[in-house]
Amino acid sequence: MARAATMNGASVAYKMRKFLASKHFTRGTLAVIGFFVLWQAGSMGLMPFMHAIPTPVTVAEAFWEFMGTGKYWQSWMDSTLRVTYGFVAAQILGIPLGLGMGWNRNFKDFTYPLFELMRPIPPLAWVPVSILFWPTNESSIAFITFIGAFFTIVVNVLGGVSAIPRQLVDAAVSFGASPRQVFWRIVLPATIPSIVTGMMVGIGITWNVVIAAEMIAGNTGLGRLTWEAYLAGHTPGIIVGMISIGLAGYVSSMAVKMIGDWLMPWKKVF
Amino acid sequence: MSNNGGKNKQNQDKGELILEDVTRVFRLPGMPSCNALKKCSFTVPRGSLTVLVGPSGCGKSTLANIAAGYDHADSGKVLIDGKPVTGPGRDRIMVFQETALWPWMTVMKNATFGPTMLGGMNKSEAEQRAIALLDKVGLKDFRDKYPAQLSGGMQRRAELCRALVMDPKVMILDEPFRGLDVMTRELMQEYLLTLYRETGLTMLFITSEIEEALFLGDRILVMTNLPGTIKTTVEVDLPRPRDFKVLSTERYRQIKSEVMESLYEEGAKIFAKLDGAGDLMGSCRSGA
Repeated sequence: MARAATMNGASVAYKMRKFLASKHFTRGTLAVIGFFVLWQAGSMGLMPFMHAIPTPVTVAEAFWEFMGTGKYWQSWMDSTLRVTYGFVAAQILGIPLGLGMGWNRNFKDFTYPLFELMRPIPPLAWVPVSILFWPTNESSIAFITFIGAFFTIVVNVLGGVSAIPRQLVDAAVSFGASPRQVFWRIVLPATIPSIVTGMMVGIGITWNVVIAAEMIAGNTGLGRLTWEAYLAGHTPGIIVGMISIGLAGYVSSMAVKMIGDWLMPWKKVF
Repeated sequence: MSNNGGKNKQNQDKGELILEDVTRVFRLPGMPSCNALKKCSFTVPRGSLTVLVGPSGCGKSTLANIAAGYDHADSGKVLIDGKPVTGPGRDRIMVFQETALWPWMTVMKNATFGPTMLGGMNKSEAEQRAIALLDKVGLKDFRDKYPAQLSGGMQRRAELCRALVMDPKVMILDEPFRGLDVMTRELMQEYLLTLYRETGLTMLFITSEIEEALFLGDRILVMTNLPGTIKTTVEVDLPRPRDFKVLSTERYRQIKSEVMESLYEEGAKIFAKLDGAGDLMGSCRSGA
């Protein structure tokens, strides 16, 4: 990726410091604090229907307990790995497939109908077949995660290629670019914003999917942790699991956003 | 041509663009076929700035696309220095209506993309050429910016540089200043005239603005409605270099009314037909 100049050439550490001091960060923090205050008030009986929900303080205590166990951190590790495998595999296979469909009409004629036939199948519907097909539980969960991100990325990339303004390609052809040069230097970079959008949507889906898959098929992971807390009737534990999943998703979205900003120095992800 | 200023003499021997009986019919499934161009013939003499004006939707962009080689004629010929045009080529560079700068490349990368293609120039040679041109249009200090960081006028100037750096035989400008505010537009016209004087390039400039056509052109070709063909050719014998004072001369008014009469005749026909047939334009977009 050519990076002659970034829109904002400052270092990551500097940008981080600036963000933490900004009004954007203050607002977000206030909203999170406000949420916990309301929750506390609600579960102390100030709001209807919330009496069965443990208070944030109880949950925080449970959180502290969980954090002291090796199992909790192992769950983070397992889920993160599954998400990473599925997500990366979806990008490696999905991006070229989307580019191919958008670039070559014949290829699209062969692949698109089959693709559209598979796309509506929910990732969780793949669980039984996946367990039968893949040799280990681990690989079948990663596969289901892959399914979650794969279709999204392909659709985004295909849409991105199709939406490239014609004159961007025409101009390059006039300048003497060969089809290969047009592909690598025009079509691919022009599609990067769509690839990044696909990645942003995809990473969220992989977390949704991996948690569900772990509840059905896994023995470990944040999803399993939450599920076991439920089976044990340990309500604070369920909420610890939920918050952990939220945090994991948030952190990985930020990581993908950073990759996106790095991939396209000419514009911001959002 | 006496008005080329003569800085770049070698260009005056190349770049004659001829269209001979160019016809183009668009056939889209489920729609009546649309005859965009019919036996359209004209010559853009070497080193001239020829302007094509016509009512909107008359096939101007179709014509530009055929001359550039992006589209083909169903019959008829397009010749550059006597050689038939068969596809896009480095001898004809088009400047498009909407910006066609590549958003992921800096101004400099945009400008050096062309020269380094097909094992052309090496990078530093191309950069030197590009810098000289960017300097001329006041963009030298913006060479490391991305297009989105430039104003509309600056983007247009960057795009002119990107085309000129190729040293083409013919430049085709398809309503390049559309959408710019009046001041920027006038400034761009002056930039273009300066570049034209210094390079002596053959230019085919397409516009729907009569004032722009008169201010820029050596000759004005007025197009008819669909099917498009050349209705009249008007020589613009206003002295160069031109500035805003030319707008208040008697000769300017004469030529302007001549062009306007010709254009309004065509405009009036559209409305006459619309009253009758209704869907004259509806079925027909040039697609470019």
